[in-house]
Amino acid sequence: MAEMVNITIDGKSIQAEKGKNLMQVAKENGIFIPSLCYYEHIEPPLGTCRVCTCKMNGKYNPACTEKVSEGLVVEVNTSELTDTRKALVEMMFAEGNHICPACEKSGNCDLQHMGYELGVSSTRFQHLFKDRLIDFNPQRMVMEHNRCIKCLRCVVEVKTSDGKKVFNYQERGNETFVGIDYEQEAKLTKEQALNAMHICPTGAIIVRGESLAAPFGDRKFDMESVQKDYNKKKTTHKNRPPVMGKKIVATVSLAGCFGCHMSLLDIDEDLLDVVELISFDKSPLTDFKEFTSRCHIGIIEGGVCNSENVETLRKFREHCDILVSLGECSVWGGLPSMRNSIPLSECLEEAYLNSATSEPGANIIPYHEDLPKILDRVYACNEIVKIDYYIPGCPPDANHIWKAVKNILWGEEYSILYSEFKYD
Amino acid sequence: MPAETVQQLVESGQTQMLNQLWELQLKNGFINDDDIKKIAEQFNLSTIEVEGVVSFYHFFHRKPTGKYTIYLNNSIIADIKGFKRIKETFERETGAVFGSVDRTGTFGLFLTPCIGLSDQEPSALINFYPFTNLNAIRVKDIINALNNGATPESICDAPADNIRYTPPGEKSIFFKKFEDGKALTHAEKLGADGVIEALKKTELAGRGGAYFPTWKKWKAAKEQTTTPKFVVCNADEGEPGTFKDRVLISTQATSMIEGMMICGYTIGAEYGIIYLRGEYRWLKPKLDEAIDDYRKKGLLGKDCGNIKGFHFDIRVQMGAGSYVCGEETALLESLEGKRGEPRTKWFFPVEKGYLQLPTVINNVETFCAAARILEMGAEQYMQMGIPGSPGTKLISVSGDCKFPGIYEIEWGMTVAELLELCEADDPYYIQVSGPSGECISIKEKYRRISMLDLLARKDIRCGGSFMIFNKQRDLVKVLLNFSEFFKSESCGICTPCRAGNFIIQRKLERLDNGLANEKDLEELKSWGTIMKNTSRCGLGKTATNSLIFSMEKFTDYFRGKLDKEYNGLNLKFDMEEATEDYEKYKI
Ligand SMILES: Cc1cc2nc3c(=O)[nH]c(=O)nc-3n(C[C@H](O)[C@H](O)[C@H](O)COP(=O)(O)O)c2cc1C
Ligand code: SF4
Ligand code: SF4
Ligand code: SF4
Ligand code: FES
Repeated sequence: MAEMVNITIDGKSIQAEKGKNLMQVAKENGIFIPSLCYYEHIEPPLGTCRVCTCKMNGKYNPACTEKVSEGLVVEVNTSELTDTRKALVEMMFAEGNHICPACEKSGNCDLQHMGYELGVSSTRFQHLFKDRLIDFNPQRMVMEHNRCIKCLRCVVEVKTSDGKKVFNYQERGNETFVGIDYEQEAKLTKEQALNAMHICPTGAIIVRGESLAAPFGDRKFDMESVQKDYNKKKTTHKNRPPVMGKKIVATVSLAGCFGCHMSLLDIDEDLLDVVELISFDKSPLTDFKEFTSRCHIGIIEGGVCNSENVETLRKFREHCDILVSLGECSVWGGLPSMRNSIPLSECLEEAYLNSATSEPGANIIPYHEDLPKILDRVYACNEIVKIDYYIPGCPPDANHIWKAVKNILWGEEYSILYSEFKYD
Repeated sequence: MPAETVQQLVESGQTQMLNQLWELQLKNGFINDDDIKKIAEQFNLSTIEVEGVVSFYHFFHRKPTGKYTIYLNNSIIADIKGFKRIKETFERETGAVFGSVDRTGTFGLFLTPCIGLSDQEPSALINFYPFTNLNAIRVKDIINALNNGATPESICDAPADNIRYTPPGEKSIFFKKFEDGKALTHAEKLGADGVIEALKKTELAGRGGAYFPTWKKWKAAKEQTTTPKFVVCNADEGEPGTFKDRVLISTQATSMIEGMMICGYTIGAEYGIIYLRGEYRWLKPKLDEAIDDYRKKGLLGKDCGNIKGFHFDIRVQMGAGSYVCGEETALLESLEGKRGEPRTKWFFPVEKGYLQLPTVINNVETFCAAARILEMGAEQYMQMGIPGSPGTKLISVSGDCKFPGIYEIEWGMTVAELLELCEADDPYYIQVSGPSGECISIKEKYRRISMLDLLARKDIRCGGSFMIFNKQRDLVKVLLNFSEFFKSESCGICTPCRAGNFIIQRKLERLDNGLANEKDLEELKSWGTIMKNTSRCGLGKTATNSLIFSMEKFTDYFRGKLDKEYNGLNLKFDMEEATEDYEKYKI
């Protein structure tokens, strides 16, 4: 019989086998410690993502590399630690380009799941836009470097039948990426390749011709939080002093697809109430081209891709008390910002000269004084002006938008259920 | 285990891969695809693994680097000593641009962080030979000479040792004449436990900067039952501004070697490896010679120093340009011929170190000090320094002062005294222990340098360097230089350091451009703290030290850097710059 030790996790006394992995011990005792790279069968543990950072006897350390010992005191859920974990997950989102609605792994993705569990709605960090291309060269799979969080699982776990590695880190620092050995990859059996896709916590490794798709509701992380007390812990947006008098709102779509505006209208018959209570100033809904009065809220859809967007956004900042970024494109650039790692000239040439739909013999890239000027890259709104609130989603859920608006205007308290806190 | 087998073990398999890559790099100026394939086959690896190793190290290249490969140091000290001008001169004289090779394939120009010559900056390595105290004329002459057929070896400098100060009255511990073999004989007399006792009494603690008590490490290794065991000397000295180990190897290699032997004798190891940073390749012949000399004298090899049954040998392993490889577990990975990624704390090196066998890793200065303690006896050693912090400490001094170089100070000296000794020029702030250390203001000059009172932040425990800056130097520029260093030297394996250093650098750029507001400062502090608390190894944990300290100590300066008209309307987005590319399409 193994030697037992006494430890406490968030004040709860627990007996555990000496030297056992703390992650395992917590799990067996129904305590949730957020993690990403940790994979039960890999020993020594990888310890790369740092999301499981807790305080051990007062010191910060990852839970997944901690062997339990007598008297160990673990703190998991302090507000500081929760925020720290959230920051780490936000870093991963800032490092890559994660367009969940277009991702094969959406709903089955550990990273996305961790984002939901930790309540990540937008990242506090500016997007880093590393130039990362998708690698289509491997025979069996496609490697989407943008989604890789460098957890090391594939590097350590995936080997050919003769024991050779298929994946390995390349370069270092913020240039680090996971390279694939094409020769070895071709030798993988179908099962081995599928295993690579499954152990990958994100949608970085996709096996050709294999679908992960499942209807919403049947996916791995759809309906319930793994935290039993999620709904108790969920963020409540507090009462705030209501705005007095008539409530005036302005909206605009910059470099967006109008999807967010569509969603805005998606509250069905409630819309009638809303129109009673709120008046819209400058907005595509009213077709007012200029501001006619000062507004309480300005709702911005889309990022900033040309000179006109910049001017419009600045006008909004000038005329509105509170600016809200609505939807992914507005929050960090979103889909249009996929051009950010490609030089502008290449984008324009592809669009106007070389694409399949351009006129034969086309040789002009439009330029006229009256046309807005295209910016070198797509900017997030908060790079141009100060933004007060963010509503994520592609598009954000209609109820969520109105809850936020009502909170600002009438000070109504609200919170979002796990099942609503979904942006894919 | 018989000595031959240990030797076979340490020289087998992937452990030799770095050496082979070095050979190819030096022979061809780069490592080509065919060679990568061959090496992969030889070590039974997939090519992606070999490519991963090659791309990790700064000095290994996949493209030709020219007949003369020039690495110019871009550390902050080089910067204040005229780096920019030297850089321009190199470009003009060679016709190459930094980061590439000229059209004729003759000169390759590359930047590299501190090469351990901060006392004689600006300096560069050409085909890994040192060229120091550069100025524009000298650079011209060098390029001319090379163009006329001179070899770098024949025209390079012999860097000065610049030992500026030792305790008066011939009380130097590190630099007095070392009698070969004496310390080892004393060690044998004391026995393993006696050696550990002596180290404990003298409170010797790791001089690599972490100050872990040396006796505890040796004792833990001694108690391991697994054999063979290893002794590793950390001569990676990558911390910018630090060059004490360089001078020790240059002048006191034998005391270091004997320190390693004493460790071997104490813990029961038969083999030692010195991990010498790639930048110090020019020191390797001298070091090899010292080792050979010890072999000839019967001090290394079988029955070392006539101690029956004590077999010990040493080899030198060259690093290949990576700061993080100074971190002890990354160093072990590198010794095994892998990427220098720090291990997790799942096992300690004394349990499972090199090749998963018990290993003691100590800094050069630690081994030298251990040998000296045994040579002179604990009692005499303890006459120096102050109670609780006995002995002396080597400090590399550089920056704005008249006498940059090595200062062997007694523990207990104040910052002010040291500044006076080196004739610092209007010092304003001082970076202690390198970028990962602590930044202090001149107001703190009465702090003592010692191993005491650390928690109260009363005394200051120096890892080995003082970089002195006067008031003309812009603090944000210094911090930007540091953040670029950490960003590119991070191994990339853990999130907070890989992404965090990049994020911090972007924020500092905002501050430098006058675009930051109060909130940015708060975020810098908070994000820096998150990196500190969550990073996997010391690199990420300490990368934001200077930033956080300086924000606490120079609040007025930082406030002065803020955007004063901040109203949230314009985050100083530059329309002209952003539309510059598009304007090219104006008809
Ligand atoms: C990023 C990093 C770089 C380091 N570089 C060095 C180094 O160049 N030389 C050194 O002796 N120790 C270095 N260290 C400290 C070593 O990890 C280790 O503590 C030391 O080699 C132990 O020897 P000591 O106890 O004698 O100091 C570094 C640590 C970190 C985290
Ligand atoms: S599902 Fe996961 S991998 Fe895919 S885009 Fe979203 S977060 Fe990234
Ligand atoms: S590809 Fe997937 S498994 Fe591999 S390191 Fe990236 S995220 Fe991890
Ligand atoms: S802290 Fe930086 S250097 Fe250390 S393991 Fe993490 S990424 Fe690598
Ligand atoms: S789960 Fe512990 S570090 Fe990733």
